[in-house]
Amino acid sequence: MRGPATLPMPAAAGRPLPREQERYYLASQRRLIWWRLQRHRLAMASLWFLLALYALVPFVEFLAPYAVRARHADALYFPPQRLHLFHEGQFMGPFVYGHRMTINMETLKREYQEDRSQRFRMRLFARGEPYRMWGLWESDLHLFGVEGGGTLFLLGTDRLGRDMLSRIIYGARISLTIGLVGITVSFVLALIFGGLSGYYGGTVDLAIQRFIEVIRSFPELPLWMALSAALPARLEPVLVYVGITVILGVIEWTGLARSVRGKLLAVREEDFATGAVLMGGSPAYVIRKHLLPAFTSHLIVSATLSIPRMILGETALSFLGLGLRPPLTSWGVLLSEAQNMNAVVLYPWLMVPVVMVVCTVLAFNFLGDGLRDAADPHA
Amino acid sequence: MLRYILHRLLLLIPTLLAISLVTFVIIQLPPGDYLETLMTELQAAGEKADLQKLEFLRTQYGLDQPLWVQYWTWLTGLLRGDLGYSFEYDRPVSAIIGERLLLTFVVSLGAILFTWVVAFPIGVYSATHQYSWADHALTFLGFLGLATPDFLLALVLMFISFTWFGVSVGGLFSPGMETAPWGWAKIVDLLQHLWIPVLVIGSSGTAGMIRRLRANLLDELKKPYVVTARAKGLSPGRLLVKYPLRIALNPFISDIGNLLPEVVSGSIIVSIVMSLATTGPMLLRALRSQDMYLAGSFLMLLAVLTVVGIFLSDLALAVLDPRIRQGAGRSR
Repeated sequence: MRGPATLPMPAAAGRPLPREQERYYLASQRRLIWWRLQRHRLAMASLWFLLALYALVPFVEFLAPYAVRARHADALYFPPQRLHLFHEGQFMGPFVYGHRMTINMETLKREYQEDRSQRFRMRLFARGEPYRMWGLWESDLHLFGVEGGGTLFLLGTDRLGRDMLSRIIYGARISLTIGLVGITVSFVLALIFGGLSGYYGGTVDLAIQRFIEVIRSFPELPLWMALSAALPARLEPVLVYVGITVILGVIEWTGLARSVRGKLLAVREEDFATGAVLMGGSPAYVIRKHLLPAFTSHLIVSATLSIPRMILGETALSFLGLGLRPPLTSWGVLLSEAQNMNAVVLYPWLMVPVVMVVCTVLAFNFLGDGLRDAADPHA
Repeated sequence: MLRYILHRLLLLIPTLLAISLVTFVIIQLPPGDYLETLMTELQAAGEKADLQKLEFLRTQYGLDQPLWVQYWTWLTGLLRGDLGYSFEYDRPVSAIIGERLLLTFVVSLGAILFTWVVAFPIGVYSATHQYSWADHALTFLGFLGLATPDFLLALVLMFISFTWFGVSVGGLFSPGMETAPWGWAKIVDLLQHLWIPVLVIGSSGTAGMIRRLRANLLDELKKPYVVTARAKGLSPGRLLVKYPLRIALNPFISDIGNLLPEVVSGSIIVSIVMSLATTGPMLLRALRSQDMYLAGSFLMLLAVLTVVGIFLSDLALAVLDPRIRQGAGRSR
């Protein structure tokens, strides 16, 4: 709280302010940023979109209609199934038709036809494959499913007959969190090294800055490739996940550390910092109470803009087969199965994870842009 | 100016040394070495590994030496232009890398040119027509380019190029042209194939460039001298070109430092998707099979390419902008 310090003249003269104005003058920095952000419609839409996505992450088992590894041997490369509402002009509520498979003898491609004699209603809170929720209790309840005997592949299936929608929902868990975990790692590194560099200056500063420069002169993808090639092939999936996030953070922290240092150096010279020192504040107190708050908003903006780069980085690494690998399911892993022309031409629905990647990355960028405008009082 | 150049050149030396050390450490990170990979491969194929031959190779390549000796051999070799020996290809690294590095360079240069050519008009238009619908639309397009994974764009463009233009898919040359000697026909053929990788790689950096040019130009346009010039009756076009644009153009030069690593990264993934004969696929293979000197020298060359690019862009910037010459010695 440091609102009262900025009270304008009229209040000092003893005249009461209009309510609205008083609210504005007394608002904290955080509140001001929030108000400015709300004016940025695209950024707000992105914020809600991302919040909704992240809210889904804990509940993927319940949300996905099928288990992540459930195979349907009779429905390989099944194209996205259509939901119908009317059967022969009669309203039935959402349902899907059954299907027949034939193999085209000329192209040897599987072809699926709707079998209109079979109809399966879609159900909310359907019973399906059992799973263990958060490792605590068994359940077989899914948000939606279809009557027994029917299949519900709203986004089609892949080469092993696994439901793409379910896999995308499961993939969201890893793809969305990898950016967050990665940014946390790089944030901590950035605060430590940037702080040391900016606070001590001199030789420490020089050494750290040179080191950062060296890391930054590597093109990031080759460096990521080289580092992830060093991960042993037979590593526990969890450790692979941790390893990849650390690798993604390796380059990202340098940019953040630089802005921490730059801001620290600039803010240190400000009058209020000198004032705090003169009034006998200890270095730790001055940094924590006066210097850090002055540029937290900048750090948050940089972090917001770094997350999408990490998500794209994970996608690229997994796509190359150097990042996460099955049994882990991320959007990048899903896309690595769609990396040839065949997929684009014959099974375009395998590319759907890209839509999720693009939307998420766009949302983060818009949000970051909006935050930057909101946090910068001169904008 | 000369002082500035000298200062920067001197700074390059410790940077490059540190880069070589980091590279070497990274290359050594995976457990085991290429000969072990080779041995498991031979055993998997059912052949009996000739232990004596392996031992001979090990001494031959100095793999039995302590690490710092290996590093020293490699480093001094690099200085003499000897990039080491590729185990897998059984040829000197320089012989394998040469042409590929040239092609990587051509593709990267093309991508940077593409970024400039696209970002310049869009950035200027967006700044002069701030908040118009065209500004929003163009900015969105730029962001879309940023958000689309490179490999997807490459796949889609390959598909389009094949179905609409009938240009052979993948590679930088038509079949049969690859081995042809360099000549006009080959260069034309290269250009026909080059546009996809250039577009794909260039698209990711364009959004950032547009944003920076737009922001810089907007800042300049708000300054009092612009108002003065307008009040004196200078035509809008002349006014724009005379000063604000020239100052706003700085990021075009200074950003090469950020752009280069990005472009090289982009070229690697695109060339793997499109099987271009540039450096990407080879690096991937070398990293996987622990072909130490190939991967290491290669990573090193990429880093050197970037450092030199940044150095040149800093020099160009110093020539363009006197404010930077004044503060000579400060890092970029």
